[in-house]
Amino acid sequence: MTKTEQDNKRAQRKAAMAVLAQSEAAEISARLSAMALPAHRTLREPENGLVMVRGRVGGDGAPFNLGEATVSRSAVLLSTGQVGFGYTLGRDHEKARLIALCDAMAQTDAFADAVESEVIAPLRIAMIAKRNREDAETAATRVDFYTMVRGEG
Amino acid sequence: MYVAVKGGERAIENAHRLLAHERRGDREVPELTLGQISEQLALGVDRVMAEGSLYDRELAALAIKQARGDMIEAIFLVRAFRATLPRFGATAAVDTGNMQIRRRISATFKDVPGGQILGPTFDYTHRLLDPQLAEGFVPEAPATGETSSAETPRITDILAHDGLIEPSPQVEADAPVGDLTREPLSFPADRDLRLQNLARADEGFLLALGYSTQRGYGRNHPFAGEIRFGEVEVEFLAEDAGFAVPLGRIELTECQMVNQFKGSATEAPRFTRGYGLAFGQSERKTMSMALVDRSLRARELGEEVRAPAQDEEFVMSHSDNVQATGFVEHLKLPHYVDFQSELGLLRRLRKEFAEANTSELLQEAAE
Repeated sequence: MTKTEQDNKRAQRKAAMAVLAQSEAAEISARLSAMALPAHRTLREPENGLVMVRGRVGGDGAPFNLGEATVSRSAVLLSTGQVGFGYTLGRDHEKARLIALCDAMAQTDAFADAVESEVIAPLRIAMIAKRNREDAETAATRVDFYTMVRGEG
Repeated sequence: MYVAVKGGERAIENAHRLLAHERRGDREVPELTLGQISEQLALGVDRVMAEGSLYDRELAALAIKQARGDMIEAIFLVRAFRATLPRFGATAAVDTGNMQIRRRISATFKDVPGGQILGPTFDYTHRLLDPQLAEGFVPEAPATGETSSAETPRITDILAHDGLIEPSPQVEADAPVGDLTREPLSFPADRDLRLQNLARADEGFLLALGYSTQRGYGRNHPFAGEIRFGEVEVEFLAEDAGFAVPLGRIELTECQMVNQFKGSATEAPRFTRGYGLAFGQSERKTMSMALVDRSLRARELGEEVRAPAQDEEFVMSHSDNVQATGFVEHLKLPHYVDFQSELGLLRRLRKEFAEANTSELLQEAAE
């Protein structure tokens, strides 16, 4: 793979991880179970831990430690050699493992398209729909100022 | 000599059993679920996450349930839990400029680019108790409006464009970030440590200190430049994966306070700033935090340090409600031996006092 191809692949994997991390384990699991899966084993047993979440002074300045968040992580190895990584906020071992499996599949020629179209794409559509709904609810609370004209017109 | 006092085990065990019974309350009343707490007491959950310094809604809900709604006890439980997990590392700094905004208001510009977005707020409610809510109330579905593709820049970015406000302090990308969970507090403390301390500080303590600055104890002429609440993405540089992996999204509240301007012979006057950031929807907390962040910059800005809110050692040493409650509540633990020695001393002093007075009286009588 060229550098650009590698960067593209990585960007794709990141985009998929972002969708998966914001989906429920049950939703990911339901979509995966409807697919043929490659032979795989768990390379890193799911484990819980913490990450220190950082903010920036003034929103855009020097970083500071805001507080921690729980994270679950796992890694999955396919029989074809690809290693997938799963990270998610929360303490859901199964979700971390499923994300790792999807990430491993996304790195193969045989399964990349299927995992994208059968798992990631529908979850992305649901995620965007939810966000659009929230944005529309928020938009209804936007203040429209108007000026009252007083006196003779 | 140290004398161990034993014999309380049975009583302690039974006290905890009684606590569990009282926690459950009337068994005819359905038990609370964590989902109910997380969804319907959401701001309480937010507070426990912010001051417990751990973002995990489910754990915060469990803590509230276990603590019978005692928030400081719940915060204590969450802090104790975090000590049981390993830390994988630190996230990339979150980008609040790229927030999915749920609420965003400015008290400084009516026609702020991106608009005034009220979101879910208690503001403008009449604060009348609503008997409808007592049971079986089904709220209307929220109204929907036309979404706008307009950017919602931070107010401080707009002011910074014209040089009217000081820029945020910058550091080298790999400069170490102070962490008070790893190193004990020492003074003077830099702003990163101060903000970390304030972010997990007791809301009531910060509120009182912020209020004190408004009432004249270290006044700094604040304007709520902007308050925003919504979701931001969190990314973590995973060494095994070799790149920054998305972890999901968290809710944050941010407050940009715009404060009295400052200039010098060499620098044109410009507004100064205070900053507040906290987990969840925590508006009062972040506003108070921003007021106190600004007042703690007194030394840096060449202001006279006179008021409690300007004294970083005072503020940072007393802001943590887990530490505070530990020290206050330890007073109820057995101090039998200490007290016996005090009692002995007091009895002796009283005896001496009585003897001295008696002899004086006798003397007076004799004269």
